[in-house]
Amino acid sequence: MAAPAAKTEGLYDCREAWVATLETLAASDERIVVVVNDSVGSSKLGGFQKKFPDRLVNVGIAEQCMVGVGAGLANGGRIPFVSAAGCFLTSRSLEQVKADIAYAGFNVKLVGQSSGVAYGELGPTHHSIEDFAWLRPLTNLTVIAPADPWETAEAIKWAAAHDGPVYIRLSRMPVPALDVPNRVFRMGKAELVHQGSDVTLIGCGTTVHLAVAAAEALKAEGISARVLNMATINPLDEAAVLAAATETGAIVTVEEASVRGGLGGAVAELTASNHPVPVERVGFPGFVPTGSVDWLFKEFGLSADGIAAAARRALQRCRK
Amino acid sequence: MTLQNDKPALIAQKALWMRRRAFKMVFDAQLGHPGGDFSAIDIIATLYFGVMNYDAKTPNMPGRDRFIMSKGHATGALYTALCAAGYFPEDWLDTYMKPRSMLNGHPNRNYLPGVETNTGPLGHGLPVGLGIAIAGQMTGADFRTFVLTGDGEIQEGSHWEAAMTAGNRGLRNLTWIVDRNRLQQGAGTEETNGLDPLDKKFEAFNWDVAMVDGHDPAALLEVLSAPAGDRPRAIIANTTKGKGVSFMENKASWHHGVPNAEQFDLAMKELV
Repeated sequence: MAAPAAKTEGLYDCREAWVATLETLAASDERIVVVVNDSVGSSKLGGFQKKFPDRLVNVGIAEQCMVGVGAGLANGGRIPFVSAAGCFLTSRSLEQVKADIAYAGFNVKLVGQSSGVAYGELGPTHHSIEDFAWLRPLTNLTVIAPADPWETAEAIKWAAAHDGPVYIRLSRMPVPALDVPNRVFRMGKAELVHQGSDVTLIGCGTTVHLAVAAAEALKAEGISARVLNMATINPLDEAAVLAAATETGAIVTVEEASVRGGLGGAVAELTASNHPVPVERVGFPGFVPTGSVDWLFKEFGLSADGIAAAARRALQRCRK
Repeated sequence: MTLQNDKPALIAQKALWMRRRAFKMVFDAQLGHPGGDFSAIDIIATLYFGVMNYDAKTPNMPGRDRFIMSKGHATGALYTALCAAGYFPEDWLDTYMKPRSMLNGHPNRNYLPGVETNTGPLGHGLPVGLGIAIAGQMTGADFRTFVLTGDGEIQEGSHWEAAMTAGNRGLRNLTWIVDRNRLQQGAGTEETNGLDPLDKKFEAFNWDVAMVDGHDPAALLEVLSAPAGDRPRAIIANTTKGKGVSFMENKASWHHGVPNAEQFDLAMKELV
């Protein structure tokens, strides 16, 4: 498989890994097909369309139909990847995702593109920060937010091989490759990215590398921060979260999503019921004001400084 | 030819059994949607006992014809058809809507063999049927996909999204049957959000259109068995909500009305 192209030096657009992996899988499995809502370009599917023109179904700007068609293709023995901007895929067609995909249990892969606040200045209509909260209660829908190109490729491969509904949340934001030796993708398992014993920073998707940067900054202050990459939001790795609670005593969750009901919500639910510890949730409080992605990240604490500050708050609460 | 000529009589016989059995399920459960069951039953009986290719012993046979019950609330009609077709034993019908029954108020493919997709929320059937038809087209399979919608439910925009795509793709293996009883839950379709002229609308979306008496097995058999053209086919089946029971016919209140003992006995006397 071709190595993902760097967008800027050391940074990668994970969509490159998504399409490269998909094309490789499709070449050896004719059941793999794609459904889009006029989103060939934004999903980077131009190459797939050229190689497999009969295996790409473009229903036009019709998301409810798009998701229903995915269910029907699965009924007909295909393995559909339904790819569209995360905001439209998960909100416009939420009832289809619930009834046709999750409840019916069809083998459909939903791929949310440009999720979170990737569309920046286009505003909350185009942001997908509510998707974790909307999809987490659909218990048989696996929800994965890969952190870098390697994990994106692994998640796509895992989803294609898995018989069941999956939502993979991708971004167009350039991210670095995580520096973790001997990586193995394990769905539903947190990945230890940085050792630590005083506090645990739990990220997913675009925020994991920021949590690592925060851990490095905290080290200079004598604070030992563990960093977990919680790529799978559903099912949550409960053992890893409870180990973090018992072993480090404080948790910070970091997600490019609403602080209500997503990764932070899941961690808070679990710890409150089993082992209450201070949990600081970094993310967006609700609809965000106009601003670029970079500005929004900094403004709402999705940065090394912001995450380190949240860690200090959590530790402060421990001392009370 | 003799067999062919006997088919409408066989279908009528099955439909009568389905009406009686569905009404008993609704009476026992004191829950259900009998008005819509009765408008759809002759259509469904025609498909299962005169048109479709399936094997109840191999429910997931890849080449089977598919039936999508978009009006998922009419489970009395669907479940009695699947039972009569041999997908499960008759005593399962006695569990209708009881705790942990396989016969939920709306169909679940994971509970019941023969159910192609989970329906209940309206506007879902045609997009799923469209996906199945596209899968058939992609693989060169020759199975057909039949989607039955209510008429009120095509006020849902999702069906028009799918209608547009099916028309544009010329999906000749897809048939959309509209149970045109002209009543929805609260009132008539035309006084709620009018649908007429439905045939013109379907034609404009590049569908072949046929009109049929939705309670005439011979007419249904003819139109549903007709060879495919080069476009998807919409069949407007003119029906009567509550068909077969005099006090239920054309009454919106029987959408999810349930009979008392006296009404149940009266209906059983009429359904012979």
